[in-house]
Amino acid sequence: MKILLKNVDIIHPEDKLDIKGTTVLLDKGIISKIGELTRDDKADAKEFDFSGKIIVPGFFDMHVHLREPGREDEETVITGCNSAASGGFTGIACMPNTEPAIDTAEVLKFIKGKSSNHLVEVFPVAAATLGRKGEIISPMAELVEAGAVAFSDDGAAIKTSSVLKRAFEYSGMYNTPIIEHCEDESLSDGAMNEGINSTLLGLPPLPSVSEDIIVSRDILMADYTGGRIHIAHISTKNSVNLVREAKKRGVKVTAEVTPHHFTLTDDLIKSYDTNLKMSPPLRTQEDVNAIIKGLKDGTIDCIASDHAPHSIEEKESEFQYAPNGIVGLETIVGLSFSELIHKNKISLGDLIYKLSINPRKILNLPIPKFEVGSSANFSIIDPNYVWTVDILKFRSKSKNSPFDKRLLTGKSFAVINKQKMFFDGQLIDLTSV
Amino acid sequence: MALSTRHLLGLQSVPKEDIQTILDTAHTFREVLERPIKKVPTLQGKTIVNLFYESSTRTRISFELAEKRLSADAINFSVSGSSVGKGETFKDTIKNIEAMKVDMVIVRHSAAGTPLYLTKICDSNIINAGDGTHEHPTQALLDMYSIRQKIGKLEGLKVCIVGDVAHSRVALSNIFGLQTMGAKVSVCGPSTMIPKNINELGVDVIYNIDEAIQENDVLNVLRIQLERKAREYFPSIREYAKYFGITQERLDKNGKDILILHPGPINRGVELSSEVADGSNQIILYQVTNGVAIRMAVLYLLGTHN
Ligand SMILES: [Zn+2]
Repeated sequence: MKILLKNVDIIHPEDKLDIKGTTVLLDKGIISKIGELTRDDKADAKEFDFSGKIIVPGFFDMHVHLREPGREDEETVITGCNSAASGGFTGIACMPNTEPAIDTAEVLKFIKGKSSNHLVEVFPVAAATLGRKGEIISPMAELVEAGAVAFSDDGAAIKTSSVLKRAFEYSGMYNTPIIEHCEDESLSDGAMNEGINSTLLGLPPLPSVSEDIIVSRDILMADYTGGRIHIAHISTKNSVNLVREAKKRGVKVTAEVTPHHFTLTDDLIKSYDTNLKMSPPLRTQEDVNAIIKGLKDGTIDCIASDHAPHSIEEKESEFQYAPNGIVGLETIVGLSFSELIHKNKISLGDLIYKLSINPRKILNLPIPKFEVGSSANFSIIDPNYVWTVDILKFRSKSKNSPFDKRLLTGKSFAVINKQKMFFDGQLIDLTSV
Repeated sequence: MALSTRHLLGLQSVPKEDIQTILDTAHTFREVLERPIKKVPTLQGKTIVNLFYESSTRTRISFELAEKRLSADAINFSVSGSSVGKGETFKDTIKNIEAMKVDMVIVRHSAAGTPLYLTKICDSNIINAGDGTHEHPTQALLDMYSIRQKIGKLEGLKVCIVGDVAHSRVALSNIFGLQTMGAKVSVCGPSTMIPKNINELGVDVIYNIDEAIQENDVLNVLRIQLERKAREYFPSIREYAKYFGITQERLDKNGKDILILHPGPINRGVELSSEVADGSNQIILYQVTNGVAIRMAVLYLLGTHN
C-alpha cells in the first residue's frame, strides 16, 4: 500500500530538517520520497491531506506502567500500546513493577512478545533488584541480553546505598542507566506534599526533602561509580537545582518530568479528588516554576507520562488510602503543547527533543531517520487543534485522569511505525494492498 | 434563622453569622437541658444515621443524645477499623443507608475529606463528626460556646491550643472558628507536633508553656495520643509532661486566672496534672454538657431549615 501525506511540515531537529508544506510518499511504510512527486509516484497511492500538521520523529514515552502481568484488569500490554498510539507515541519504556516484577528474562520476553506485532514498540525497564525488594541486584546481564533498556525499582528508590552502588557498578558494564524513583522511604508515609495545603486539608504530609535526599544520594553515587542515573518524574525545585549543578560537574545524570508536575499544584487537592494523588505528589507553584525553568535550560531532558492505570474501584476511595498515579499517555502531547509551546515556555524543537530524541538517547535506542529507504517512524501532530479531554474516549483500560473535560490545544493525529499506521482510531497495515 | 449551608463539614468557610446563630441556638437548647423533661418534638419524623468508621464513644453518645432530645429517630452504624482499600464498599454502604430514606448523616472517619465525599454521593445533610486530622466542627463550636459562656465574649480573646496540633482534628476547627469570631489564636507544643506553615493561618507558634499561660486568656489542651505511632513525635512522656504539661504550680507561678478546656479523655499527669484536671480553672465537664446543646443546635438548624 502506498500512502501520500500531503501539505505537511517535517521537523527533525536532530537531523536539522525543517521543511514546510511538503509531501511524503510511503511505500509499505518505507519512506520512498520526500518533496516533488511525479504522476507515477502518485498512482494508486492513498492520499492524506495533512495541512497544518507536522511530522516529527515518533514520540517516545520512557515511563509507562503496563499492568501486565498481574493486573490485566487495569491495563494490558496491548491496551497500553493502543493508548500510546492514540496519544501520539511509537515507542514506550515500561516499568518493572508488575506482578511478578520484570526481574527475569522470561517476564521481559513475555512482555516483548505480547507487543511484537503492535505499531508501538515496547522496551522494558527491568527491576534493579530481585522482586524490587532492594536486597540483591537482578540478573542484569541476562536482562540486557533479553532487551532491558534500563534498571529501576520504580515505585520506590533502591533501598540502600550499598545495593545502589552495586547496581551502578554492574549495570555500568552495559552502559545501561539506572532510573530512580526518588523518595526516602522513611519520609514517605504521607498522602500529599507537606505545606500549608496538607495542614489545611488534614492530610498526612509528605515533605519535598524526601525526594531531594534521594536525588542527592543518587547523584553522588553516580558520580562516585561513574554510573548513569536518570531521575524519574522530578517534582521539586531543589531536585531540579541538584540535577542542574550535577550536570555542570559532568555527572552522568538525566531527568524527566510528567505533564502533571508542570501543570498542576497541590492547591487543587481541596476537592480530595483521588485523581490528584500521585507519587511524587503534586507540589507548589514555586516547584512548577523551577521545573519550567529546568525544561527551558535543558536540566530536564525528557517529558514522560508516568502512565499509571488504576481501576475505578481502587481510586474511588478515601484520598489518603487511594493508590498513587494517573493515566497519561493520551493527554501528554496535548498538555505539553498547551502548557509549554502555546505559553512560549520552550521551542517546538526542544519539545521534540524531550518527547522523542532524548528518551531514546538515554536508553541507547536509535533515533528514527527521515531518509528515503528508512522505515517511517512518525508522530503526526496538529499543534493548533483544540479539543476537550474525554476519559471515556481513552484507549487505556483505565480512566483515572484529573484532566477530564480540560480544554487542550495540540493533539496527535496519526502515528506511523513498523509499517503500520494509527489514524482516526484505526490501525492500518501498510504492507497490505 | 437558617444557616448558609446544608452541611457542616468544617469551620473553614463558615461565616460569622452562622457561628453566631449556632451558638445562640445552642443557648436556648442549653435551657431545655436544664428542664425536668429534656425532650422537644423539633425533629420528630426525621431519621439520622450516626455513621462511625472510627470508634469514638463520647462523640457518638453526645450526638445520639442530641438526636433523642430532638425526638429524631437515631440509627447507629459503627464499623470498627478503617475501610482501607474498600472504597467501593464504603460507597455501597452509603447508597444503602440513603435508600432507607435518611435525612441526615453524622460521619466520623479516619480519612480526611470523607464528609465532603459523602456530600457528592448522597442527598442527606452531612455533619462531620471528625475526619482524620482535618476538622471536627461541633467540638470547636462547643469549645467556643463554653468559652463565650464563661468569659462573656470571644472577640479579642487570646486562645492557645496546646499539644499535638498536627495530629488533631480539633485544632484546625478551633483555629478557623475562633479567628472568625475575632479571637487571636496561637498554638503551643513540641515543634514536631506543629504542622508546617501553620503561621500562614495567622497563628503564632509558642514553644514555652509558661509563655503560653502568661499570654493567653484560654488554653485549649489537646489529648496526647499515647499509642506507638504518635509516640515517635516526642522523646518521652516524662519529657512531654515536664515541658508541656500543665500543672497547678505552673498556673500559680504565672499568676493567671486562665480558663482551661480539654476535649477529653484526659491523660492525667501528661497534658494536665490531676490537680489541674479537677481544679477550678478547667471546665471539662461543662464542655461535655454544652456538647449536647451544640449538637442539638446544629441538627435543628440543618434539619428544619434546609
Ligand atoms: Zn515512580
